[in-house]
Amino acid sequence: MKNIFNYIERESPIHELTGATKLICLVLFSVGGMITFDTRYVACLAIIALLLFRISKIRLNEVSILLKFTLFFMVFNNLVLFVFSPQYGVEIYGTKHVLFGSGRFTVTAEQLFYHLNQMLKCLAMVPIVLLFVCTTNPSEFASSLNKVGVPYSVSYSVALALRYIPDIQLEYHDISRAQQARGIEMSKKENLIKRLKAAAEILIPLILSSMDRIETVSNAMELRGFGKNKKRTWYTANRFRAADIAAIVFCILLVAGAVAHNTLNGGRFWNPFTAG
Amino acid sequence: MEEVVLSFKDFGFKYNAQVEPTLYNIDLEVRRGEKILIAGPSGCGKSTLVHCINGLIPFSYKGEKTGSLTVKGKETSDMSMFELSKSIGTVLQDSDGQFVGLTVAEDIAFALENDCIGEPELHERVAEVADLVSIGDHLGKSPAQLSGGQKQRVSLAGVMVDNVDIFLFDEPLANLDPATGKQAVELIDEIQRETGSAVIIVEHRLEDVLWRHVDRVVLMNDGRIVSNSTPDELLSGDLLRRYGIREPLYITALKYAGIQIRPEMQPWSIRSIELSDSDRAKVCQWFARHSESEEKTPSEALLSARNICFGYDADHRIINDISADIRREELTAIVGTNGAGKSTFAKLICGFETQNSGDFFFRETDLKNLSIKERADHIGYVMQNPNQMISKVMIFDEVALGLRKRGVPEEEIKKRVERVLEICGLKPFRKWPVSALSFGQKKRVTIASILVLEPEIIILDEPTAGQDYRHYTEIMEFLLELKQRGITIVLITHDMHLMLEYAERTIVFTNGQIIADDTGYAVLTDREIIEKASLKETSLYSLAEKCGIGDARAFVRSFIEYERKVFRE
Repeated sequence: MKNIFNYIERESPIHELTGATKLICLVLFSVGGMITFDTRYVACLAIIALLLFRISKIRLNEVSILLKFTLFFMVFNNLVLFVFSPQYGVEIYGTKHVLFGSGRFTVTAEQLFYHLNQMLKCLAMVPIVLLFVCTTNPSEFASSLNKVGVPYSVSYSVALALRYIPDIQLEYHDISRAQQARGIEMSKKENLIKRLKAAAEILIPLILSSMDRIETVSNAMELRGFGKNKKRTWYTANRFRAADIAAIVFCILLVAGAVAHNTLNGGRFWNPFTAG
Repeated sequence: MEEVVLSFKDFGFKYNAQVEPTLYNIDLEVRRGEKILIAGPSGCGKSTLVHCINGLIPFSYKGEKTGSLTVKGKETSDMSMFELSKSIGTVLQDSDGQFVGLTVAEDIAFALENDCIGEPELHERVAEVADLVSIGDHLGKSPAQLSGGQKQRVSLAGVMVDNVDIFLFDEPLANLDPATGKQAVELIDEIQRETGSAVIIVEHRLEDVLWRHVDRVVLMNDGRIVSNSTPDELLSGDLLRRYGIREPLYITALKYAGIQIRPEMQPWSIRSIELSDSDRAKVCQWFARHSESEEKTPSEALLSARNICFGYDADHRIINDISADIRREELTAIVGTNGAGKSTFAKLICGFETQNSGDFFFRETDLKNLSIKERADHIGYVMQNPNQMISKVMIFDEVALGLRKRGVPEEEIKKRVERVLEICGLKPFRKWPVSALSFGQKKRVTIASILVLEPEIIILDEPTAGQDYRHYTEIMEFLLELKQRGITIVLITHDMHLMLEYAERTIVFTNGQIIADDTGYAVLTDREIIEKASLKETSLYSLAEKCGIGDARAFVRSFIEYERKVFRE
């Protein structure tokens, strides 16, 4: 069974960065990608993202589930964008080069260009998010969250939740099979309402047994002094190294670059249609 | 005399949610370096006592207490739970739940982290304690990569980092296979010797804990301490039987042979007990009188597995070329270590997973063509934890669920459910909500909800885990009754007594393969199989050897048959 959120252990420069660095870089990188639609800049980001992915030694088939999911989402997102505002590109770039079709859904070069930008952004963001998920040890993630100011009880809960995801997946599998044996039908043969009801019949036992688990875990934690002090130390806390600082500086420069582009272009969009 | 580290004086406790107190007049002293065992049937107040000692009462579970409870001379009501946890290290029953770190090292470090211990002390202390319990080579591993025994080592290390004065073990053997349980008892003994701390073990599996010496056994019943004596004294009396705790088997056998057990014989262990020549002669005479027995002819196969292979990935097979028959109207036990493939095998039979190769036949039918639901009409599966199966609020609806989904008319459902509830002894509760039932009763509800579908085979995963002797006997006698009604039963179990006493046949799994398929007494008297499958030799075998009985296997069989006869009368 494949886990969706999975730390994949490898030896790579990306793995060696502290969780806090990776979290900060993820945020900066996203900001950079979000504030501009400059195609040249976003294309650069996408190339950097793909390069980083290569460096991390994570293989594509190891993240295939997440990848398929995001690809689907990207296509879906673009379709919706087109259906709801098919002339948005024209609005942004101020020109109209009709390629084919007529009426509301006239396809224009501007609109396609806009979609290209959207997809490039996705291409830049997806590898980075995947990288964060796959190269950050969940317990180190907890200590990182704590380092950037999140209370430790919250950050530890997040890490614990990550740890229990595979267990709960497994339990869900068992429970759903056992309920199917009793006759609860989950297949596509049934209508939606019946399937939702069936899902509830599987979820109730899952919730009940998870409650037992939570009670045990919270007792175990309290018995070993969790919550005693305002602060705690972390066994897996990584020290900041030169590489961490370099990574953060690099990401800050990326954001600065985006801001500079926006100012120079006089807006978030780079317009190839009026340039020539 | 050593210092008293824990002292109850006329202590009582009542939960806020309950009318009657759970503990009455508890008087108990534990000294440094002492090792005591607290035993008693389910509901006797053991767990409440544990919670009072480690501070979960009153910090997590509220109630009223009377009398006094002191730890190292200090009244616990003046202490916080965190302060208490510096003196008392609790190892919980569920070693998975106890595992709060993501890796071994983090779990051991947990208490230190909460104490804000920084580098380099943090890493040093963890390494030191990990070596003490021999888990130092596994520091980076996650709980899923560890065996049951290793998890227990981690749990122990996790409380040892605090240099506690008292180790408190809450049913440490409940989830372990027999050989691992034995090692756990040895480990506890070793650690106590090294640290000199007091050890309190709460467990109803008396014979297993007595694999190593304990100083005193405290017996509880109905919220009171009914006996506090050395194991030798306790085993010489009849208190265990009276309060529904299982005696060690060799003691029962000696009593059947008419031997009076006395403390001077050192009866606490089969290795230490001194038997006189006349005692030995008595055992041999008893054996001579009861050695006749009829061999049953095996019935035909109802379910056959042929060359089953299964694994989630190609290089790691969980089930490796298994062939076996489940025979009609027999009770078959499947035993072996955790991870040997027992549960996976059961899931393959029910169609929860699909084998990579091989076939299952139910009578003449190839199961390959049947869906999970269709297989369930012939083969029912009862999961270990009843909470994993129950999805309705009311007992009647829960049992009726499978029939309703199959479109059986409501009138017939009513008839069938009521009949099954009667068989399962749940008739008085039929209008109750499930939540009002005890764990054992819930287990019955889940069995009833499978039984109502009238399968020919029922597979039960660890039906007696966590049950005391009385409930264990109740469940097993109930299953025997089902067998007499013509239902074939397969049990997955760690319980050696169970396979000896109730199973006609035992299939032994090791590393995804079957290494033995024989009667329980044949398996438990074969040293090679015992070793390979992490089982535990029965003390009856050692007793037979001690008395110079050559055919130990026959001796064990005679004992089991005799005991069943005594039980029925």
